[in-house]
Amino acid sequence: MGGFGSVSGITQTLAKATPLLLVGLGIAIAFRASMINIGGEGQIMAGAMASTMCALALRDLPGIVLLPLSALAGTLAGGFWAFIPGILKARLGANEILTTVMMNGIALQLTNFLLRGPMLDPAQIAAGTNIPQSEALPMHVWLPRLVPRTLFHAGFIVAIVLAVGVYILLWHTTLGYRIRAVGQNRFASRYAGIPVPQYMTLSMTLSGCFCGLAGAFEIMGVHRRVVEGFSGGYGFSGIVVALFGYLHPLGIIPASVLFGGLLVGADRMQRAVQVPSSLIIALNGLIVLFVVSSRVWVEYRNNRRAAQQASQDTNDDTAAPLPTRPTPEQERA
Amino acid sequence: MDELFTTATIVGILSSAVRLATPYLYAAIGETLAQRSGVLNLGVDGIMLMGAFSAFYVVYNTENLLTGLLAAAGVGLLMGLLMAVASVTMKAEQGISGIGLYLFGLGLSSLLFRIMLGTVESVDGFPRLNIPLLSDIPLLGEIFFNHSILVYGAFLLVPLTAFLLNRTTWGLNIRAVGNNPQAADALGVNVQAIRYATVCAGGMLAGIGGAALSISALNIFQENLTNGLGFIAVALVYFGGWRPVGVLLGVLLFSFVNSLQLWLQVIGIDIPSDIAVMLPYILTIIVVSIPFRRGSEPAALTRPFSRGA
Repeated sequence: MGGFGSVSGITQTLAKATPLLLVGLGIAIAFRASMINIGGEGQIMAGAMASTMCALALRDLPGIVLLPLSALAGTLAGGFWAFIPGILKARLGANEILTTVMMNGIALQLTNFLLRGPMLDPAQIAAGTNIPQSEALPMHVWLPRLVPRTLFHAGFIVAIVLAVGVYILLWHTTLGYRIRAVGQNRFASRYAGIPVPQYMTLSMTLSGCFCGLAGAFEIMGVHRRVVEGFSGGYGFSGIVVALFGYLHPLGIIPASVLFGGLLVGADRMQRAVQVPSSLIIALNGLIVLFVVSSRVWVEYRNNRRAAQQASQDTNDDTAAPLPTRPTPEQERA
Repeated sequence: MDELFTTATIVGILSSAVRLATPYLYAAIGETLAQRSGVLNLGVDGIMLMGAFSAFYVVYNTENLLTGLLAAAGVGLLMGLLMAVASVTMKAEQGISGIGLYLFGLGLSSLLFRIMLGTVESVDGFPRLNIPLLSDIPLLGEIFFNHSILVYGAFLLVPLTAFLLNRTTWGLNIRAVGNNPQAADALGVNVQAIRYATVCAGGMLAGIGGAALSISALNIFQENLTNGLGFIAVALVYFGGWRPVGVLLGVLLFSFVNSLQLWLQVIGIDIPSDIAVMLPYILTIIVVSIPFRRGSEPAALTRPFSRGA
């Protein structure tokens, strides 16, 4: 019945898993560098607006050019939206949690403003209804649907490919090694010659790029125009997905499908037995609390294992959900 | 534009700035307590939502304002306790457990609202309480002494908290635990107990801050009533340099800008309202980016304490 029991359930689940996977990957990159990105929601909106503007403004271009171009515009806009908190943290020490939350607020107001003014659908103005939504995207920038008459679109495949890409980036490139090093210990990284502020900013910006792409895909693949409330809280659910997947791309893929199913189940529950879907938000909150609280047990277990294995190297960094944050003194230094 | 400079308008702006400051003040002072003991509680917004809902629900059904306020304080305390268990006992990463608490409060308050109320209703909140004599002072009386009792309570909280932190043994212990928990522990201070107490007290104040919205300032409840107010309150603690008086100044500056923004719209100066509403957010980003008071940050902020570590 729910998100997994039927073909339509599964396609809906995978459709919802797509933005969750992309946002989760982005959040994981930032968290690996000890940059806490709570701004997924704003970055999704920035990405969606930019890709829509691009697609509408350049609609005469052929689809083969315009489709990637619009996705790129969304990616860059999301990256820019995260770059601001990133550089403020790296250069001025501004708490990135607070600045990303504020950037969410700004993006929301900006979206509301654009949808009521400059980007309001001309058809709405003509009809006099003024429902705040943008003009529909031209058909040649629609992402192809993988199963006809469902919302399951090609963005899912791109997201899976990117998940593998993030795995390679983080564990098999110098760039990824440095991002993780900065996350584990900014102090030691600086002495190792890594330009720490640049890598902090970079990881945040990359993180925003993924969220921006998620926003672009939501518009190009699902809604095909910007409507109010399209972001659906994916910016926050993505954090839950990233934590649940242990900040590892190969964990985030199944986590995104699981939470996609949860969202579909919640929608159906709301329709069938009138249980409000805000239940899922509350549940997500509890999951976050439990996941970050469980760390003490993971460490306890690791310590015991380490003690048993005497002095063997137990550098198993996928087991620790979060790198330790530096102390304020270290940050000031 | 001339309308902006009449006495009535200026008094109106300042008076509503004082009123708007109230929920921020409760939340930010509570957060100051928690942060001085080394715990960053980012779930304030979620706690405020739960406080706002409980107060509203109780008042809507019983019409008893005091019970409503107590309900908000109690629910806030429980939410604070949840945060303390996660951050102090379970040593969770505080930035993220706070977001978890926020989502929990946001989701649960919306869920309860949908199930138990369903539609946006309004109640008769705390009435205005003119303080005799003081409220008769021209201009100042209307700005400062013509508000509900929750507003006065918020402003009284500032000197009380400053006294607690700077002039009592409890305050000394709180500051010691926030700056050097190892040393405090060695001297026999119960680090975990102090942190539990401050986080729970902070939660209680955030709950009251929520009630200040739902049964005093706005007298309604709707989903996501606070709209990120709790996060701004956390930012104001940074801005205030972790000192109650500094926090008060930050809150006043902030609510002045907010009130100005509202009045500009009332007077009809042509700024799109969506753009004007961004102002507080932009101001917050600027405020947390100013590095001038970073030195007074509690040294052990966001660091869980374990013996022998």
